[in-house]
Amino acid sequence: MNNFLNALIFNAGYNTNLVTFGATLLGFSAGISGTFLFLRKRALVCDAIAHATLPGIGLAFITMVLLGGDGRNLAGLLTGSIVTASLGTATISWIVHNTRLTEDAAIGAVLSVFFGFGIVLLTIIQSMAIGYQAGLEHFFLGATAGMLFQDAIIISLGGVLTVATILLLRRPMMLVAFDINYAYTRGYNVQLVDFTIMALVLAVTAISLKIVGLILIVAMLIIPAVTARFWTERSDHILWIASGIGAVSSYIGTALSASVSALPTGPVIVIVCTSMFIFSLFLAPARGIIVVMYNNWQFQKRVHLRQGLLALASSEVIRDALTLKLLRRAKCLRKDGVATSTGIIKAQQAVLDERRWKIALRIFEKYNLKSHYYRLTPIDVVFTSEEIAKIDSILTELPTTSIDNSIT
Amino acid sequence: MLINVALNLTARDERAMNNYNRSKSALTVLDLTVSYSGKTALFSVDANFPIESMSAIIGPNGAGKSSFLKAVLNITPSLSGKVKIFDMSLKQAREHIAYVPQRTSIDWDFPASVLDVVKMGLYRELGLFGWLTTAHLKAAYEALDRVGMANLANRQIGQLSGGQQQRVFLARALIQNAKLYLLDEPFAGVDAATERIMIDVLKELKTNCKSIICVHHDLATVRSYFDHVFFINIEKVAEGPTASTFTPENLRTTYGERLAATHIEQLHPDASVITA
Repeated sequence: MNNFLNALIFNAGYNTNLVTFGATLLGFSAGISGTFLFLRKRALVCDAIAHATLPGIGLAFITMVLLGGDGRNLAGLLTGSIVTASLGTATISWIVHNTRLTEDAAIGAVLSVFFGFGIVLLTIIQSMAIGYQAGLEHFFLGATAGMLFQDAIIISLGGVLTVATILLLRRPMMLVAFDINYAYTRGYNVQLVDFTIMALVLAVTAISLKIVGLILIVAMLIIPAVTARFWTERSDHILWIASGIGAVSSYIGTALSASVSALPTGPVIVIVCTSMFIFSLFLAPARGIIVVMYNNWQFQKRVHLRQGLLALASSEVIRDALTLKLLRRAKCLRKDGVATSTGIIKAQQAVLDERRWKIALRIFEKYNLKSHYYRLTPIDVVFTSEEIAKIDSILTELPTTSIDNSIT
Repeated sequence: MLINVALNLTARDERAMNNYNRSKSALTVLDLTVSYSGKTALFSVDANFPIESMSAIIGPNGAGKSSFLKAVLNITPSLSGKVKIFDMSLKQAREHIAYVPQRTSIDWDFPASVLDVVKMGLYRELGLFGWLTTAHLKAAYEALDRVGMANLANRQIGQLSGGQQQRVFLARALIQNAKLYLLDEPFAGVDAATERIMIDVLKELKTNCKSIICVHHDLATVRSYFDHVFFINIEKVAEGPTASTFTPENLRTTYGERLAATHIEQLHPDASVITA
């Protein structure tokens, strides 16, 4: 516990501080660039990108060893991973544009072929008669133990570049994600915008390989965006919420894994991130499951109560069990099915509200009020008392039957 | 050198403006052919839409109406053909064009408010860094007010009815202040109030010397809404002023037997006289 707190307040030694700082920055960039991928509905592409880095790592290692260098040079390995990941992305987009295959099929094919090739290369490397192969397997699930200052510099630079690019291109990116045809007609280079989104994701994937590993980077790109979606209906807010979630979960995750020995960083970050997702899925106030269900239940009760009161007013027989229960609970109905005095007053109010709404919908037609009416919003919530007086004056002029039949 | 470039640009702009002033045609298309993976969507289509009028593109489902607009705007590639807008190339005329896509072409659960969508009409003008000013915001609210949506400006777009969504799209086009409006099935599946509001806005645009071209499906309203019609079914069938072109023969040629004789008679009470 103490170790964890120390890691959280950047007091756990130089190396841990470095890793925590790097991972937090990385989580921020992953969250923000993943948002566009999510909004563009191409979340799976980053899975293919991540898996397609593996053959690049293998090839770069072999090349560097054959040239007599250190096979574990991070810059070299990342360059290799970027090359094959770009090739993978280009292959997907070629397949989509030139055949009738859909993107998901293309992703499936490219992902497995590139990953399989990468595994073959890694197996060959293990059997090569040279040292230093150890460590390559860390690219699968990530490891922060051996992070160097220069690695942190690479991550920081990458993060800053990502955020700058997104600030620069957020409008075209948003437009392409929302309405691609309209974006074309305004003269935006849609291919270039799409390419930039992919390039950002690729860059984030490459720099996070060492920490999170290629299998789990997908989680860091996509989970923050889908988590943020539960909290807001605005795309610009999603950007910042997602980057915040990415940063915080990386920060906590790295601190956790640094404080317990042999706890792998990548998986811990993903678990922290996922718990935020699960929390939001159920409890987010905007779109969380519980809120949605609660609102729906409340509305169902309002509908039943309203129908019950209207039936009381016209002395119809009420048979619906829920309606009867709600009317009794509101003390509008006695046990023997006779309306109480409160019930009669409330029923008259409901009838008046209904009549006022019908007039209001007619005279304020162009104000898009139907949705208020359909949600059973009481009329005095929507209109001022002067407006209601105006509605009432019309109401008294008309015979009641013509009102009840006028709008269906 | 720099001065030369600047002068050249001005000269070109001036030529473009002169073209616009002289042009009698909002959109001219020559020999447009479009094919999607082996299927011909448009075959050698010529078209000429007059300036400052309301034109309808009519034809059965799969006749290439939407493909025509998309090919004209270079959203989808065409195999051959030439497009002139106010006698300018598409690139030169781009700022004069406002496109209203089919409502069903996008995902309305996208996280955006009504006002956000209208603001997208300003992105080009704002560039990458421009700040939205109060003048921009005022213009956005004015555009929403014209389509009767100002009081829903902050609503999430997914909560709108189909007609309201269509009106938001129209507001986004209005804020561009274009000269040519290209609308893809703007009246498809909308409520009567929306249809009335939109047709009023479009007619007002026409009075203000704008040109409007609609892909249209409701034959019953062609006569009252449009003054120019263009019949299409992969190929061009006919085009011209509604009064002389919206005839039973052209309807029959375009729609084939799909359009029952009684339907035509409804549109043309005197049709039986003509065909008899």
